[in-house]
Amino acid sequence: MKQSCPLQRRPFGLVLFLVLALCIAALSAHAHKPSDSYLTLEIGSTNLTGRWDIALRDLEDAIGLDANDDGDITWGELRAKHSALAAYAQSRLAITVNDQPASFRLDRHEVDNHSDGSYAVLRFTCAIPATTTKLNVRYNALFDRDPQHRGLLRLNVAGTTRTAIFSPDKPRQEFALLESGGGNSLAAFVKDGVWHIWIGFDHILFLMALLLPGVLQWNKGRWVPVATVREALVNVLKIVTAFTLAHSITLSLAALKVVSLPSRLVEASIAASVIFAALNNVWPVLHRRVWMIAFAFGLIHGFGFANVLGDLDLHGRVLALGLFGFNLGVELGQMAIVLVFIPIAFALRRSWGYRSLTVKFGSLLVSAIAGVWMFERLLNFKVLPF
Amino acid sequence: MLRPPSFRLKPFACRAALFLMAASASGTSFVPQDDALVLERLRRGPVDQATREIRQLRRQRELNPQDDRMAALLARRLISKSRETSDPRYLGQAESVLAPWWDTTNAPVGILVLRATIRQSTHHFAPALADLDSALAIDPNNAQAWLTRATILQVVGDYTGARRACEPLQRLTSELISVTALSSVQSLTGEAEGAYQSLTNLLQRSPQASADQRIWAVTLLAEIAVRLGRTSEADDFFKQAFALGERDPYLLGAYADFLLDKNQPRTVIELLKDETRADSLLLRLALAEKAANDPKAGEHIAILKARFEASAQRGDKVHQREEARFHLHLLGEKSRALALALENFAVQREPADLRILLESALAVGDTAAKAKVTQFIHTHRLQDVQLDRLLRNGGEI
Repeated sequence: MKQSCPLQRRPFGLVLFLVLALCIAALSAHAHKPSDSYLTLEIGSTNLTGRWDIALRDLEDAIGLDANDDGDITWGELRAKHSALAAYAQSRLAITVNDQPASFRLDRHEVDNHSDGSYAVLRFTCAIPATTTKLNVRYNALFDRDPQHRGLLRLNVAGTTRTAIFSPDKPRQEFALLESGGGNSLAAFVKDGVWHIWIGFDHILFLMALLLPGVLQWNKGRWVPVATVREALVNVLKIVTAFTLAHSITLSLAALKVVSLPSRLVEASIAASVIFAALNNVWPVLHRRVWMIAFAFGLIHGFGFANVLGDLDLHGRVLALGLFGFNLGVELGQMAIVLVFIPIAFALRRSWGYRSLTVKFGSLLVSAIAGVWMFERLLNFKVLPF
Repeated sequence: MLRPPSFRLKPFACRAALFLMAASASGTSFVPQDDALVLERLRRGPVDQATREIRQLRRQRELNPQDDRMAALLARRLISKSRETSDPRYLGQAESVLAPWWDTTNAPVGILVLRATIRQSTHHFAPALADLDSALAIDPNNAQAWLTRATILQVVGDYTGARRACEPLQRLTSELISVTALSSVQSLTGEAEGAYQSLTNLLQRSPQASADQRIWAVTLLAEIAVRLGRTSEADDFFKQAFALGERDPYLLGAYADFLLDKNQPRTVIELLKDETRADSLLLRLALAEKAANDPKAGEHIAILKARFEASAQRGDKVHQREEARFHLHLLGEKSRALALALENFAVQREPADLRILLESALAVGDTAAKAKVTQFIHTHRLQDVQLDRLLRNGGEI
């Protein structure tokens, strides 16, 4: 007898029929979390490390985990399937670096618990060239079993995180790593440097204290104006160059972690440097060689800059970029101050107001402020609002 | 047998503690030491009949993946399974079974109706309705398509359309089905009393109806009784519905809401204490625990928060009704709740959607949002004692 298959003739029968109608009300409102996997990629200087969390429920459907079919997935059952899982992962995730396929090595199998259940965790690494400019990820897991599955990617590059969602409609994602990303971050580092000078009153005051007598010279116990613009510019140039050179050296050493000083000590020393520079204007010790003060204390200020850069947590090739950009920003900020200050100071240099009031009284005021800073920083205690 | 207690004995403490990683996938993963450690429980007990059937259908389908009748049958089973377990994975699997016809305009009628059912579950109401239109153009006598159409239109608040879709049912299906479908629309459009009476009477006259049909009718009667403020009758209907079948997540949710309104959080905790997988039931459990000052509330709120964050990460907007309730009642974030409730109301307009919108509007003091609700109630002559009570008590903004 030919099979008439009653099952097939009844799909529109009443029982199934009702279930569908009830589903409308129930499905959307009562669903729990749909299927997601979490893929995290971390770009290092020469390798890429990955972590991929896939729900055990999904793996049960894709490769079958519950060997004894008792409804519980044990670690033993998952472990028995590790090679199948590795093969599945390899076949469903393709990483391309600079248009070259990169093969990844599975380092470790782990498990983790997410809000909706347990996940298998695959940890893998993959060697990449130091000049990775383009990363292409093709994700194809579970879409054939469940088109509503999504792969949620977090890509960590140089302290920044990018996210993307893989879906059956968008299984491929491409990321430009250096050209646009590098450009953006260089600009960001330059901005950070300028900003740090702008809000760093201690650096501004130190520079001002050094520059105030730049348009003067110490002659027989008193400040007299320099004769020519040239003289003033040479003074200022020496000071600024010495300061720049010094803080660039220590900033680099600290950023490369060659030298490291406790930040409280550094910050207090910076305050001390401001006091010294300011008092040197009132009772000059080093009046001919102000650039030497700039150099000596510039070394300390460099450590201060490094603390800011350290907060950004840079490593690998981005460190060089950050160092360069940040330093450039600091110089630009400094240059802006010099360009505003010099013409005014040069114009006013003959006046009593400038020579006595501004240079002497101003320097005393600066040293008083710096004195409070020093105590604040040494004792970790706040008095001044800036 | 040794089992680390953190995993097996205290799964929720463990999940709550690890809630951060749900969003970031950078938690504390580990390598278990014991092969016997249970990592995941897929179900309680042995394989049930429905799962066995699904497995068998899968095997049959693999032999002939282009057979649309076989595919429809399997997809239907998977959709039912999704409803029973509240796991949307089965919906996704149903979608994959229908993959050969997913993007075609000329799919068979049965497939189109299933496609509509899956599409509406992710709130793609317009394409779902388009699929039903296509199905009805081919087969105007397809009762399933009319019924599904009526239900979707009711969810989005198009009662005129829903009523029209109910008409053909009178000649195409049993009386109980067509009357239940129509009563559902009538109960939301000023005819709740009449619908309630006629459906009650018909149910008494239909002892031969299948359990599924009776559950549907009884659940609807319970919901109408709730909206009419007939508390003890509602309670009776809920209990009848529970007696008729298995634990149904939809029914559990509706009953939990009813009990929460009656200020019986302890009963809700007893009812839902093991229902932590479905977000909607976990939400009600957490609401009850908060109301009863139960120490577990904190853990459950943390899990819910992690799940909503995970949904947001994948760009889902399917749970906004629940998410708004979560933000308003469990986190006290009124403005966020109102924003979610408004966005949700633009898509779904069931009494529960009106309720959370009104509650958030009153909490924030947003007269425009409140006016949306009052206008909807007025336009459709919606009868709902809970909405009336809210408007009376907090009505003056």
